[in-house]
Amino acid sequence: MSEHAHDHDHAPITDAQGPAAARRARALEQLLVEKGVLRAEEIRAGIDWLVSRTPADGARLVARAWVDPEFKQRLLADARSAALELGLDPGPSPVVVALENTEAVHHMVVCTLCSCYPRALLGPPPAWYKSLPYRSRAVSDPRGVLAEFGLEIHDDVQLRVFDSTADIRYLVIPRRPPGTDELSEEQLAALVTRDSMIGVAQPAAPALA
Amino acid sequence: MSYRVGEPVTIADRAHRGHHRTPAYLKGKPGRVERVHAAFRNPETRAYGDDGLPRMPLYLVSFARSDLWPGARASGDHRVYVDVFEHWLEEGK
Repeated sequence: MSEHAHDHDHAPITDAQGPAAARRARALEQLLVEKGVLRAEEIRAGIDWLVSRTPADGARLVARAWVDPEFKQRLLADARSAALELGLDPGPSPVVVALENTEAVHHMVVCTLCSCYPRALLGPPPAWYKSLPYRSRAVSDPRGVLAEFGLEIHDDVQLRVFDSTADIRYLVIPRRPPGTDELSEEQLAALVTRDSMIGVAQPAAPALA
Repeated sequence: MSYRVGEPVTIADRAHRGHHRTPAYLKGKPGRVERVHAAFRNPETRAYGDDGLPRMPLYLVSFARSDLWPGARASGDHRVYVDVFEHWLEEGK
């Protein structure tokens, strides 16, 4: 992580994901097609699906959970089914787990091994999520990382860092911001940022009326 | 062998040549079972074209900061929660 705040995407600064990795990916793609494992159209369709996903779907889940306690219970019990209930595509992961932030507990998500991420519900992960500094420091000094994101977690709040290493995908349900009692579900969803569902930020503050 | 929620476990401290999903920073560390997820295809064989069967049980295991990074200078306390396949777990103390 560099010195400035990461509320935006940019190319990785230190990772070796440059032309060599891109060339390797193209070589693999070519081989898979030549060997008949995949068709070029399938690869294109997969990429199209991936880039068509956005955090708006995850935000709809969170906003519904904020206004409907029973839905929230279903979301916490089985986020995949809850997504399907709202007509959302939870993606290929067999299990999606929602983690609720409260006054007492804060969750954040990382993948130290690679870039596991609930892509179906949040879209492609931001570049910093895949960067070595975030991946290593999120598990060793998460409060320091959060402070760089501008998020101070009080010492009496339990901090839980989820390192998604396998088949499970994790999505954070951030706390509903104060002063939002009058907002509609749609207006609430607009406050739910991508970063708040990774657990490195709070949702946006409501615009003053 | 299977483990229950709340049970103490230790992550096996062994090297593994090739693809596996047990991060190095956990090896040999004590943890606690938080959830029993389900059984999934084994990524260690699936990564090499195998079908990954039999499926291996996957657990959510949590670790104390002080066990993972003793003596490290970090601001405040935290726990780390990681999904670990059963064949990487040993009985804890």
